[in-house]
Amino acid sequence: MAEPLLDISGLSKRFETPGGFGQKPRSMMAVRGVSLRIGKGEVVGVVGESGCGKSTLARLVLRLLEPTDGRLVFDGQDLTALSAREMRRMRRRMAMVFQDPYSSLDPRYTLEEVLGEPFRAQGLPVPEGRIAELLAQVGLPETMRGAYPHQLSGGQRQRAGIARALALHPEFLVLDEPTASLDVSIQAQIIALLQDLRARLGLTYLFISHDLGLVRYFCDRIVVMYLGAVVELLPAAATPPRHPYSRALMDSTFVPDPGQRRDLVGLTGEIPSPFNLPKGCAFAARCPRVTARCLAEVPLLEASGPHALACFNPLPEL
Amino acid sequence: MSAAGFATPVAAALRSRKGAVAGLWLAAMVVAAVFAPLLTPYAYDVQDLPGAFQPPGAAHWLGTDEFGRDLLTRLFYGARTSLSVSAIAIGISVLAGMILGAAAGYFGGRFDRMVTALVDLSWSFPEILVALILVAIIGPGVTGTMAAIGVAYLAQFTRLARAQIMAIKSETFIEASRSLGASDGFILFRHLIPNTLAPVLVAGMLATGDAIILEATLGFFGLGAQPPTPSWGAMMSSGSAQLFKAPGIILFPGLAVAITVIAINLFGDALVRALDIRRRERTG
Repeated sequence: MAEPLLDISGLSKRFETPGGFGQKPRSMMAVRGVSLRIGKGEVVGVVGESGCGKSTLARLVLRLLEPTDGRLVFDGQDLTALSAREMRRMRRRMAMVFQDPYSSLDPRYTLEEVLGEPFRAQGLPVPEGRIAELLAQVGLPETMRGAYPHQLSGGQRQRAGIARALALHPEFLVLDEPTASLDVSIQAQIIALLQDLRARLGLTYLFISHDLGLVRYFCDRIVVMYLGAVVELLPAAATPPRHPYSRALMDSTFVPDPGQRRDLVGLTGEIPSPFNLPKGCAFAARCPRVTARCLAEVPLLEASGPHALACFNPLPEL
Repeated sequence: MSAAGFATPVAAALRSRKGAVAGLWLAAMVVAAVFAPLLTPYAYDVQDLPGAFQPPGAAHWLGTDEFGRDLLTRLFYGARTSLSVSAIAIGISVLAGMILGAAAGYFGGRFDRMVTALVDLSWSFPEILVALILVAIIGPGVTGTMAAIGVAYLAQFTRLARAQIMAIKSETFIEASRSLGASDGFILFRHLIPNTLAPVLVAGMLATGDAIILEATLGFFGLGAQPPTPSWGAMMSSGSAQLFKAPGIILFPGLAVAITVIAINLFGDALVRALDIRRRERTG
């Protein structure tokens, strides 16, 4: 792996609901001890079902949420130790693209104001010509400068969101399901744009998605999360998964060629409540390969080379 | 949003027929109030007892009251009191409600719980009762009336501002702003308050109509502007004794209140429509 740009270790987030009349406060672990290194120029994908903590992870990484535990080292600096002021400066080097292009732009801002916001938020003047440059970079016509978000299509809004993220020349982008709210045809355009920007600007991406097929297409390495914890780390997009959950996720993506169609390993049952995690492996209740040990002990993420997985009874290596 | 940002919706509101008629009436009332001394040959406080109870005629277009004072003159001067008291009181109330509501909605915590409790408490009393208590404390007159109206409506604006701020706070563009390094102040003043301003200002506009009625009510009870300063409520109060002898004394200020309140509501409606940014024409 290249020199790490971001080193995440033991990152955890606990959410607590306040107690009320006759209600005890409850707590849930949205992210449980996630460790991950992201090299410069790498695209790391995080996949999992909704509720697995991947969006929480994205927000922890940018310190939009304060971690309950763990460390975040960005380019040699411990983010969790930075003061509010230092963190604000650090935000010039990292940015986020959000899932919902409709609510991620202020309805009262013109496109020009949207793209100028990163500078104003940092107390910087908007450099001459930067707005035009950003519009060109994401493929929006210069004539849209004065348009309001409601006058843009979903794809155009998402391009605006990407341009805003790029405004301060960041090195690292967190992409939180940037295509999940878009039509399939638009999805492909946005993915192509993101690939192109990465190549041209040398960006590093943390790509959050529930679509394993997309992640395998787009990412260098893949992290599979289940109920807040990493269950498998695939060193390459083509690495066959060995964790039964990753396998099930992969099998749930459609393959257009009928000759290639695999046997579907259907998952049964529901995700356990994060408020009340089972004693053993969190996936045991739904796992087709469950053993007695899975119900009693929590499997830890163990690496054999670059491939790591947390499972007592993994699929055989191919 | 800047002042210039509001010029466009006001102009748009005036372009609709309802908005134009309402705006015309309100403009006429404001002109009458501001230029009252220039518009009438009479003084509002000079009595002419032999000329009392005159019906509408050439000399006195709306007739005279029980002291022989010109009713139209008093109506114009009354507009001064009624409109300025209502507008100033509501203006201060909107500003204070906006600040309280924004702070409570944005920062939450103990301050929010305290503000919410006070708002709920004040909402459990009718506005007129709150106003009467305040006038009783401060004393009757213009200042007391303003304070009474301002406080009576404060809860409404605070609650509205707070609810708007809380709804917008959870939008993704706020999180996006924070991810770019925006401070609390930036988020409050560049995103939350501009997005809250339109509904709160429209509510303020509509409340001004109610405030004119409240001011008239306090005036009717003799708690508003003190004689000989005319206000629409005080005029109706003195006219109520002569309801059958000279109905004009109570009718004309009553009509002034009613039409002005209707005009404010119509204009408010037009403004709501014009302020919806999604309906604005393409500017790009």
